[in-house]
This record gives sequence, C-alpha cells and structure tokens, in this order.
Amino acid sequence: MCTTCGCGVGQTHINGKPVQTQHRADQPVRFRAAESHDTHRDTETMHFGTGIAGAHAPGMSQARMVKIERDILGANNRWAEQNRRYFLAHGIFALNLVSSPGSGKTTLLVNTIERMRDQFPIAVIEGDQQTDRDAARIRATGVPALQINTGKGCHLDALMIGRALQQLSLQDNSLLFIENVGNLVCPSGFDLGEAHKVAILSVTEGEDKPLKYPDMFHAADLMLLNKCDLLPHLNFDTDLAIGYAHRVHPGLPVIQLSATQGDGMQAWCDWIAANGRRVAANENSMETGC
Amino acid sequence: MHELSLAESLLQVIEDVAREQQFSRVKTVWLEIGKLACVEQESLRFFFDAVKADSVAQKAKLEIIGIAGKARCENCHQNCGIETYYTACPYCGQYALKVTQGEEMRIKELEVE
Repeated sequence: MCTTCGCGVGQTHINGKPVQTQHRADQPVRFRAAESHDTHRDTETMHFGTGIAGAHAPGMSQARMVKIERDILGANNRWAEQNRRYFLAHGIFALNLVSSPGSGKTTLLVNTIERMRDQFPIAVIEGDQQTDRDAARIRATGVPALQINTGKGCHLDALMIGRALQQLSLQDNSLLFIENVGNLVCPSGFDLGEAHKVAILSVTEGEDKPLKYPDMFHAADLMLLNKCDLLPHLNFDTDLAIGYAHRVHPGLPVIQLSATQGDGMQAWCDWIAANGRRVAANENSMETGC
Repeated sequence: MHELSLAESLLQVIEDVAREQQFSRVKTVWLEIGKLACVEQESLRFFFDAVKADSVAQKAKLEIIGIAGKARCENCHQNCGIETYYTACPYCGQYALKVTQGEEMRIKELEVE
C-alpha cells in the first residue's frame, strides 16, 4: 500500500498483473470526501440517515468503515451492572429517588429513616450540584450519608455511585437510598444499578408534570404523590395527576402521602419492607445455593 | 445538560475503538437515536463539537439516523407507531402501549482513516 495516501498501489492485481492506479507521488494527495456526491455541506446535517451507504470509493482514500454497534451509554450501563451485582450479592435494596427540586425528597427520606431504622440498616447517597446540606440533614438522624456534588452536572451516573460504594461500608441486607439531583429530565436516562427508580411528585407542582416530563415517569417503578396534607389549600386534581401518570406509564403504582404529617407513610414503608425483604431473601438463597 | 455526558461517552467509545482498531482520524460518526430516547439531537451535536477538539474525532461529522418509536398495545395487542410516551392506542384508545422500539441510542458505524 502507498504510504503517502494508502491508495493501494501494488496491491490490486488482475490476472496476476499489478494494476496501475492514478496516484502519482509528485502530485499532492487529496482525500476524497465520503459524501462527495453532495456538495451542499451546510445543509447536509439536516438530512439524517442519508449516510451509511459508504459512498467512498475503494482505492481513492484510506478511509474505511468500522461497524461498532455500541450503546452510547454502554460505559454507564457496565458500571450500573457492576453496582447491581454488588447490591444483589449483599442483599442491599437500592432505590433511586428522582423528582424536581423542592418536591420534598430529603424530608421524605428523614422521616422514612425514622420509621424504618429499627427494621433495616440504612445508608444514603445524596446528589446535588453543590453543598452537603442534604447529607448533613441525613447524618443528623444518625444514618451514614455520603454527598456527591456533581458540580455542573445534572444527574448522578453509575460510576459516581460505584465510587461512593467504595467509601460507604454498607451492611448486608440494608436499604440504600440514592437521592438524585433534583431534575425531572436527565436522571431518567442513567441507570445506577438500583432496584427501582421512585418518582416523587408533590401536589404543589401541577397535575400535568407526568405529561410534561414523560421520560422520568416512564422510567419509574413507583410514584409518590407528596405534600397531600396541602390538598385542601390547592386546586390540585389528584385523579387527573394519577391519570396523566398512567398515560405515560400504564399501571404505575402510586402512593399518596405527606412526609411531614405522616399520612400514607406506612404504605410507603410497607412497600419498601416487602421489596427489601425479597432482595435480602434472594441474597440468602444465593448463599445457600438454592 | 446530560447531552454533555452523552457526548463525552460517545468520544470515549470512539477513542477506545481507535486504540483497538488503530486508526488516527474519524471522518464520520453514524449514530442511531430512537425518537423516544432521552436525547436532544441538536444539543448532542453542540456538545460533541465541544468535546471532540484535539481528539481523533476533531474533524468528525455526526450523522444521526432517527429510529421511529413503535409500541404494542397490552389491551388489544395491535402494533402501532408512537411519537411520545403519552400516546393512546390508535386502535382501542386505551393508554396501554408498551414500547418495542425507539429508545435506542447507539453508535452504528465510523468512517475512519
């Protein structure tokens, strides 16, 4: 192959005889653009899906096509699987709490911890852009909490959780709450290895949040409708909100509660306990080889 | 903003493949992006342009192939196309669609030198 442009001089043979190519070493080499049939470069990017045909001519350029078929989130998903295996091996029930800022995630967590700390060892990973204020609120309950500050980032990813797991020494058969960055958009696409995403919607936000941010409610396995104690003061149609959530995610279980007043908290804690014990039982059955 | 993470992941995959397959320049990147995937295409282009500087992909062009959303109705068992998650089944009117295609987000092919 020609070392100047890779044009294939000396490689092509017909009936055993080398075929001359047009490349001459004394001429400057110009690679032919793969899409040379289309001269309107400014508009090309608007024509999605016109590429792959492989328009470059063999022998004219050293360009080649590499089929890779890899998921863009492949690296995140590999870390997520590693986290998931770790949780499974230790019987840890991990929940990824997602919502917009101000839905009451941290208050919900503090009150959930108070109710469940006698049943399970508990740990918390907090995600925020800045400050460790949420982790401090959790630590005040006596439960270990690790704060991840994402800086300019808008979500937690599986690698961050993997690193957090190395620092937190989680007990076997424990509950791990991961409070994601308050954001109803980005965290939906990033698997952390959790057992379930739990979406929290508060009644001060408006019934149509599930329609406006469908990705998150589609990704969640449970929806908590928080701040229900405020319903008498608001024009919030609970049935409409749940109906919208079910349009995006048919059959999505919903628990209505008030983290501050305690209504509905028992149903939420029962849901955690039932699912958490199932995870712990799986870990024990793995140990005994059942 | 998560398109920045996606652009960084995209570049990471390209650099890994560049080492494995020994190429030094990427001319074109073909992506398959489902209509229901959590990614805004123009935002991904913007961030990919930002992160690809000084890499094997610094002159790479992004070609995005849209994959249509498809779903199967759990109520009437018909297949249909969907544009959003909050779509009712066009045959029976129920909100009971289960997505079967359109959430993909992957790198299909690279043209390299």
